[in-house]
Amino acid sequence: MAEDVLKSGNLPENPERATLEGRNKFMGFWFFLGGETVLFASLFGTYLALRNSNAEGPASEDIFGLGLVFIMTVLLLTSSLTSVYAMYHMKNNDFKKMQLWLGITVVLGLAFLGMEIYEFYHYVHGYEFGYTTSAFSSAFYTLVGFHGGHVAFGLLWIVSLMIRNAKRGLNLYNTPKFYIASLYWHFIDVVWVFIFTVVYLLGKVG
Amino acid sequence: MSTTANQKAGIGSVLWDYLTTVDHKKIAILYLIGGMFFFLVGGLQAMLIRIQLVVPENEFLSAQFYNEVLTMHGTTMIFLAAMPLLFALMNAVLPLQIGARDVAFPFVNALGFWLFFFGGIFLNISWFTGGAPDAGWTAYAPLSVFSEGHGVDYYAIGLQISGFGTLMAGINFLVTVINMRAPGMTYMRMPLFTWTSFIASVLILFAFPALTVGLFLLTFDRLFGANFFNPDMGGNAIIWEHLFWIFGHPEVYILILPAFGVFSEVIPAFAKKRLFGYSSMVFATILIAFLGFMVWAHHMFTVGLGPIANSIFAVATMAIAVPTGIKIFNWLFTLWGGQIRMTSPMVFALGFIPTFTVGGMTGVMLASAAADFQYHDSYFVVAHFHYVIVGGVVLGIFAGLIYWWPKMFGTFLNEKLNHWFFWLFFIGFHLTFFLQHFLGLMGMPRRYWTFLEGQNLDLFNLISTIGAFFMAIGTLVFLFNVVKTQLKGEKVSGDPWDARTLEWSIPSPPPFYNFKQEPLVRGLDPLWIEKMQGNGKIQPAEPLGDIHMPNRSLTPFMISLGLFIAGFGIMYQGGMWVLAGIGFATTFGSMLYRSLKDDIGYHVHKEELEEEGDGSNG
Repeated sequence: MAEDVLKSGNLPENPERATLEGRNKFMGFWFFLGGETVLFASLFGTYLALRNSNAEGPASEDIFGLGLVFIMTVLLLTSSLTSVYAMYHMKNNDFKKMQLWLGITVVLGLAFLGMEIYEFYHYVHGYEFGYTTSAFSSAFYTLVGFHGGHVAFGLLWIVSLMIRNAKRGLNLYNTPKFYIASLYWHFIDVVWVFIFTVVYLLGKVG
Repeated sequence: MSTTANQKAGIGSVLWDYLTTVDHKKIAILYLIGGMFFFLVGGLQAMLIRIQLVVPENEFLSAQFYNEVLTMHGTTMIFLAAMPLLFALMNAVLPLQIGARDVAFPFVNALGFWLFFFGGIFLNISWFTGGAPDAGWTAYAPLSVFSEGHGVDYYAIGLQISGFGTLMAGINFLVTVINMRAPGMTYMRMPLFTWTSFIASVLILFAFPALTVGLFLLTFDRLFGANFFNPDMGGNAIIWEHLFWIFGHPEVYILILPAFGVFSEVIPAFAKKRLFGYSSMVFATILIAFLGFMVWAHHMFTVGLGPIANSIFAVATMAIAVPTGIKIFNWLFTLWGGQIRMTSPMVFALGFIPTFTVGGMTGVMLASAAADFQYHDSYFVVAHFHYVIVGGVVLGIFAGLIYWWPKMFGTFLNEKLNHWFFWLFFIGFHLTFFLQHFLGLMGMPRRYWTFLEGQNLDLFNLISTIGAFFMAIGTLVFLFNVVKTQLKGEKVSGDPWDARTLEWSIPSPPPFYNFKQEPLVRGLDPLWIEKMQGNGKIQPAEPLGDIHMPNRSLTPFMISLGLFIAGFGIMYQGGMWVLAGIGFATTFGSMLYRSLKDDIGYHVHKEELEEEGDGSNG
């Protein structure tokens, strides 16, 4: 019966893929991430073509500071790890621990986002490096901003799932939801690894 | 929720039914109505173009209005007519062909339709607010960046919204095919239409995000002062061309592959033979899709990418002729020795083969980079792509519509009128476009609003315009046919064509749950196998039981409506920003509602099902 999926209690080994709906979501979301990959690949391609086109404005060596970006990278990578812990506890049907680790993930994500906002603020006010300054600035803010937008969306998503299910625990209906939110979070993390390399490292030394 | 209740419904409840439906068969009808509407709009624009070009130095349209009509003709026909009409066929047929009760994501399916719908409406509102986009359907930068007024903004935002819908639809069909097949329906037993739709969905998934990014960059350049395409600030206009064609070339295969699939269904059904070379057809489809991603720069031979890049892309392009040729020969060999019935879908298929072959051959000519410097941006190109898109996609869409019309609506289109439609359209098509090859070779550039006297272009342009009128009359015959037969509403059986695949094993139109019991598939062309080796009925794979169905929902409509409203806010800015706030709040609020509200569907009970016959086509 349909209502059974809302019962918490004993869950099968991989609750996120135990129902057809869950399997569909799982697979559909992987495909979606495939499309997202092309989206970011297009943005990366554009950025690579324009990264030295700073017109009269600041160049990448002038503004990037690896210290801040390194801390951001550590925060985001760690948040990916904590979301893995959350999924581990989800599979063991330990709702409280899952919520705890998801909470830590959210805190780390928020810290990342705060630092990114600070970084942009710093560029705009410290270096007069605005969105319209040059083709390079447009490409930089668009690529990194798209990633930041994804982080913000992911945070809202995870927080709403945590609040919605806070009182009822895990069941076959909400485990796929938690699982694909964590997939999304990993994806954001992977994109950031490329941004760190292509934008910041290459921008500092390339 | 029984079907009889719906039949007595008033206009209000029918409207509500369609606004909130998540049933793939009803979404197919929505796509059909939407796509057909825009097909007529795009056709009207085509007629305006041809009337303008009927004589030299004509003043029927102003140059600016001609640019707008030309741009909107291309944009409308590709994004708002051809794609949704193909989605109509996929929605109507694909789940039935694999023995599924619905698509994998009924909700997302509805969302895909409404995004397309609102994107299309958004784009067309530009006519009434100071001018439509005028930079060509390809919207090349920097022309598109510096185009005055808001026309190109409507283009960028409208296509953005409708593109999201297409992406959703693509993902939905991918998962449907992978996860929802009936017992025994292995990959290599899937009908070719399902296969080609599946592969086209892969192309959608990997091609549309490039367009998404291109449109974002264009929007940011125009509305927020970004400099992607502005050379003064270090930008590079060629980036737009790359992004557009990385999307745009796979897009033509997104259009043609499902049409190939339609013909691969129609030809075996009316030649009374199984498809010749089934596995090579599947292989050729995959190969076309694969190669389709590495040929985009053949649209840019004259940009100056250099001889090496041009050569690589030329060779890759020519290679596509090989799998396409395999398909042509497979269709011919399917016809060979078959018991051919000249039904109207079959006539469309037979008209398609030579027409598409001509288009394919001019394609190989264009692929030759050195020669392309002559053909580029001339009417030769216009003739080429109309031969493949009208001669391939449009004939395929109409063959499919006529073939599956009884399944979708439970009544036949009039065969005699169908034949009239075909001949008017087909003769008109060749009259219109065949001579355009020569107009192009004689030096007539595409997209110009008029031409000069005394350059030997007059006669061919006149004949071309006459042909366009034949096509228009043919289309009107089709519309008349639809109205006439729908009013008459003669009922047909589940299998009126004596066909081969699973969709014909259930009543026409199918009940909302499609298959009362999951069908057991014993091979390729499962219904034909049962007709030859069994009792003519598909065996069930499960005992009669409760059927799980999804709930209807208005949320897809609201999500799409929100983006539609937000588009105006982003475009007009200033005080209109409030619209962006309202729109995004509607969209994200609806998404949040969808995420947080439990929606587990309902069950049709075994007892209700037992009252409704055995669920077969008889």
